[in-house]
Amino acid sequence: MNAPAGETHWTRKDLLSIEELSREEIELLLQTAESFKEVSAREVKKVPALRGKTIANLFFEPSTRTRTSFEVAAKRLSADIINFSSSGSSTSKGESLSDTAKNIEAMNVDTIVMRHSSSGAAEYLARQVKAGVVNAGDGIHEHPTQGLLDIFTMKERKKKIEGLRVCLVGDILHSRVARSNIWGLKKLGAKVTVCGPPTLIPSSIERLGVEVSYDLDRVIGEQDVLNILRIQLERQKGAFFPSIREYAAEYGISNERIKKARPDVIVMHPGPINRGVELSSEVADGPQSVILDQVTNGVAVRMAVLFHTTMAER
Amino acid sequence: MKTLIKNGHLVDPKNKIDEPMDLLLENGKVAKVGKKLAEKTDREIDAQGKIVCPGLIDMHVHFRQPGYEYKETIETGMRAAVKGGFTGVCPMANTNPVADSRSDMEFMTGEARRLKLIHVWPVGAVTLKHEGKELTEFGELKKGGAIALSDDGRPITDSNIMRRALEYAKKFDLPILVHCQDEGLFCGGCMNEGFVSTKLGLLGIPSESESVEVARDIQLADLTGGRLHFCHISSRRSLEIIRAAKQGGSRVTVETCPHYFHLTDEAVLHYNTYAKMNPPLRTQADVEAVKRALADGTIDVIATDHAPHSENEKNAEFDQAPFGIIGLETSLSLTLRLVEEKILTMTELVRKMSTAPAEILKTGRGHLAEGAPADVTVFDPSLAWTVEKDKIESKSKNTPFMGWKMKGRATDVFCEGRQVLKAGEILKDES
Repeated sequence: MNAPAGETHWTRKDLLSIEELSREEIELLLQTAESFKEVSAREVKKVPALRGKTIANLFFEPSTRTRTSFEVAAKRLSADIINFSSSGSSTSKGESLSDTAKNIEAMNVDTIVMRHSSSGAAEYLARQVKAGVVNAGDGIHEHPTQGLLDIFTMKERKKKIEGLRVCLVGDILHSRVARSNIWGLKKLGAKVTVCGPPTLIPSSIERLGVEVSYDLDRVIGEQDVLNILRIQLERQKGAFFPSIREYAAEYGISNERIKKARPDVIVMHPGPINRGVELSSEVADGPQSVILDQVTNGVAVRMAVLFHTTMAER
Repeated sequence: MKTLIKNGHLVDPKNKIDEPMDLLLENGKVAKVGKKLAEKTDREIDAQGKIVCPGLIDMHVHFRQPGYEYKETIETGMRAAVKGGFTGVCPMANTNPVADSRSDMEFMTGEARRLKLIHVWPVGAVTLKHEGKELTEFGELKKGGAIALSDDGRPITDSNIMRRALEYAKKFDLPILVHCQDEGLFCGGCMNEGFVSTKLGLLGIPSESESVEVARDIQLADLTGGRLHFCHISSRRSLEIIRAAKQGGSRVTVETCPHYFHLTDEAVLHYNTYAKMNPPLRTQADVEAVKRALADGTIDVIATDHAPHSENEKNAEFDQAPFGIIGLETSLSLTLRLVEEKILTMTELVRKMSTAPAEILKTGRGHLAEGAPADVTVFDPSLAWTVEKDKIESKSKNTPFMGWKMKGRATDVFCEGRQVLKAGEILKDES
């Protein structure tokens, strides 16, 4: 099949990162997601696009929303989906990741969706198996479908990404969501600021073309989008910050702090939210919040990703 | 048995020789050094176009026996060493169990005697089980054959234990080989901290993890007057601290490894576990600093930190894979590149790979005056070869240099007059 002129032809069986994607590939995924979004609004929420295909959810870290979102996406495309969950690293279990994946592949699975605690696990897996691999979060490296659904939501609300001012707030160092957002947003021409305590800003991050700030109050007024990252409560043990209370005081989006933002700002969060820490309940449930739109769009974006990767040549 | 090595170019830094010279070996000793020796001998080696030098010494290897024989044994390790042109090696003590007793030393020296290939000078542990808490019996270790002491693989975190070890080792005239790593700064990292670790989402180890402890240990060496040797130095900052200390009179010695002057943390991209070692590969600025320190003599020794791991162990998620790469068979070729780049002279190469380690370890070797032990390496500096998996002698194949086109390789090696490598092939048990 020839691609229509001016359109990108998708060739990847894997989606491992947003870093590896071209601007055109990102745009194609967003476009496909847009057309799939309508499927979820129908009375019969199903199309036969992946009928007869088998997708495996391989989750080595606890996850409810991402796993469920992929499951719903696969089902709306009429694919068969199997779930395989295991907490802890594969080595602690005694079986190597490669062996686990090859066993699942031997059941003639077309695409493996994997969440794993080790950065690079998805790329590693893609080298081991012939099946397609979709990265559903690898360590603190990337979470490409989250990045895509965030960008999709921003575009839906703000119409374009080019020139959009986006601030990622919180634990940038340990965030795969941050890395995927940065790569995608920069490729599409947004102006990205990362803001968090100096202890949670990774080394040389400015070389990715982002602004760095430690002072949320100084940058909040210039942003079109605030993408608030989840803070893991145990980080205070690593001396990254002294207490959740002080973290919330400096970087939480409180009822007062949101007043400093532009009136048309949108507030995002990948979930699950620590209410009263990253966001006050009023902000999380308020008019600027698009958090539930992100969840809805997540299904559409994952349908697009599963469709293209599963249909790509093996 | 008389052996004549003729037509070669002799490089002997200690005796200030760097010219065409023949070498006569007899009864395990150097019998004669001179121009165009015409002796009736049992064996002649034509070293035309080759360098003849005192046997290379690698003072930092891991032979994994006992405990991890699937990675390497004393025998396979020695064979890899011979292939690389070495006549003496120092296996570190992080075996299982840790080599912290006299009988552990005697096991290693016994294996070496039984296999009769090259010298194995074991390194005993500084602290019991490498736990950094209680000193081992240095005197007993020395009686068992220990040539030095080290907890390599782990730092000695308690400064008082480090101080006492340096002081107490003076009684036995043993050097302490230190692995500098501030545990707090290391913090579970698995590669150099910088732009690459940020991109890959891997927890970084700042180079200060090394240099902070380098600064501490120099002060403890000055305080105690003990013999301190820095293992595998990788960072610019460490070298600046050491250079200043040496200029100020500190009597410490320093080694680096070929990967620290050939590779940067970019080699880790795509989660390459064969580029994972500790200390980690650093930046281009660090590579340049290591080269400068080799050129100006801040670095005394080139060792390998030969650290074999099985394919299964390395074929894993990056953070799960063990630290370490093999190095014995590529070290000479990789160091010869520095001669080609005019960073080292051939004399300096031989000094850093033979004479200096021999002096630090007080082996009485590392030179080829008449009467010296006949440990001799002959290598062809222009012999071209490629690093190929099935040609690696070591039991493990974990090298980031796989597929590299190399120049220069050992062709003939003699250990106390016995030929152990002949035209690039290992000979066994000539006696």
